[in-house]
Amino acid sequence: MSWKIPENLKYTKSDEWIDPQTGKVGITDYAQSQLSDVVYVEIIVSEGETVNKGDIIATIESVKAAADVYAPVSGKVVEVNEGLADTPEVVNSDPYGDAWLVRMEISDPSELDELMDADAYRKYCEERED
Amino acid sequence: MAQQDVKIREPLLIELSTPGRRGVRFPEPDVPQADLPEDLVRSDLPLPEVSEVDVVRHYTRLSQYNHGVDINFYPLGSCTMKYNPKVNEDMARLPGFLNIHPLQPVETVQGALAVMYTLQEALKEITGMAGVSLQPAAGAHGELTGVLIIREYHRSRGDTKRNKILVPDSAHGTNPASSAMSGMRVVEIPSDKRGNIDLEKLKAECDDTLAGLMITNPNTLGLFEEHIEEVVQAVHEAGGLVYGDGANLNALLGIARFGDMGFDVVHLNLHKTFSTPHGGGGPGSGPVAVAEHLVDFLPGPVVTIVDQDEEGTPIYGFTWPEKSIGRVKAFYGHFGVMVRALTYILMLGADGLRQVAEDAVLNANYLRVLLQDTYHIPYNRLCKHEFVAEGRWPDAPGIRALDISKRLMDFGFHPPTNYFPLIVHEALMIEPTETESKATLDAFIDAMKQIAREARENPELLRKAPHNTPFGRVDEVRAARQLILTWFDWA
Repeated sequence: MSWKIPENLKYTKSDEWIDPQTGKVGITDYAQSQLSDVVYVEIIVSEGETVNKGDIIATIESVKAAADVYAPVSGKVVEVNEGLADTPEVVNSDPYGDAWLVRMEISDPSELDELMDADAYRKYCEERED
Repeated sequence: MAQQDVKIREPLLIELSTPGRRGVRFPEPDVPQADLPEDLVRSDLPLPEVSEVDVVRHYTRLSQYNHGVDINFYPLGSCTMKYNPKVNEDMARLPGFLNIHPLQPVETVQGALAVMYTLQEALKEITGMAGVSLQPAAGAHGELTGVLIIREYHRSRGDTKRNKILVPDSAHGTNPASSAMSGMRVVEIPSDKRGNIDLEKLKAECDDTLAGLMITNPNTLGLFEEHIEEVVQAVHEAGGLVYGDGANLNALLGIARFGDMGFDVVHLNLHKTFSTPHGGGGPGSGPVAVAEHLVDFLPGPVVTIVDQDEEGTPIYGFTWPEKSIGRVKAFYGHFGVMVRALTYILMLGADGLRQVAEDAVLNANYLRVLLQDTYHIPYNRLCKHEFVAEGRWPDAPGIRALDISKRLMDFGFHPPTNYFPLIVHEALMIEPTETESKATLDAFIDAMKQIAREARENPELLRKAPHNTPFGRVDEVRAARQLILTWFDWA
């Protein structure tokens, strides 16, 4: 199995990614492959809202399962990807690009250090495959 | 399905509509006609115009497309799709049970109350609990009732900070939902390598905000929790209560009891374990049983013996538990289902119920052992009533559990549960139940092995399955993304 795991992102154990440069958050290629065809995306936070690390920010539903998406770090939601509700399939086709869910202003950058880098995350995905 | 060789698309009723056709002609009114207010009157009513025979044939044809346990094997994991003995139906149709009304005076329905009381007592004995409410309409409703009882118990003691319910990741999906519906916070506890709840992670969450744990035993991997006593003890020591999801009781009947494991609240599914109809709309029934310290919190009313006549025959009535959480269902629950379940219990007796569990476990292990070389079974140890296999192989790229399930339909079998529990990749959750013969199990094993060969030799056969059913592969993704729920959305 091989999944796309960009080097410039940070990763959570619950399979979210965050871009430390832009503050964009989404779910990983591994997560979308486990979910299979995504049919519904609901982002439950709105612009301007403050969230804590681990808060639910979105729900993603596939033909197999429904999954909550958690905030990888604490901060303020500064932008929500409104269009995603109409095109849930991009979560499968472009998980690190058009399928970003929210953009956050990270309140405590040291929280990023608790997340996995690409190498650690790759290992974490492989472990779960056996 | 395949059995009938029906290969025509059944039109919708509205497509069968012919102007002027009628199924029913109303008689002349025998009361003066009254005009409806002008603003409530509509000029068009686009309903199908069909005759009685059109409707009968339409629904009969649709019923022939259906699969039921009366047609063939139905190994849908954790649903316990066992055969429903027809004597249950005979009893439920006795005029004295069929033609009564819940508002009748209790002295005119003593027989019905005796059925409910006897069933309550039987379920108490089977579970080892102290009190039972028959009200909840189905399993998840029983869960909600149980969590509300837990919440009320803590509140009644002034212990208001307990708002956390622990749910293992192998639990039924309804467990977290029922907890959340009760205003509880849900914390998921992972499973360990043997498929048990991770004891250390559990203990780390056992604090003074703990309201309770919801646990299914055997769990959805079909495995008996090996440390159940330690699990219960850890929750109790922290002041929490233990909720037992009885969905998998079929594996334990007459052998192990939730009460003896120290559980405080459990629900049962009469439509699983006790052979009442299931999967065709039921209705279900999810009685809740509680330990002594929770009897006062049960939903009311419950059936009790209120007196006896001169000959010593009990007189039944309805009473309210002292601190009842209230009513959770109109009237008294699904009475017809209770008659069926009690019939099943009485027909089998104590020894028969134990044999149900033994045969259900034997059948599941027979399938597990004969399939383990063909399908990877990640938590492969002696199972109870069901087991979970992986529907994928490294040398059959692109084949998924869904393809295997669809192909099984070509053999006339209902597919197992797919993609649940989530802790197994490409999960196929197989529960044969006790009512299947060795010949049926062998036919299923042959089909599963043939499908595994086809996955390597002719994968397209799986990807495009089913081939022998009235309808081929349905585009589930498109159906979910483009919801068309009425004729008018489509036309």
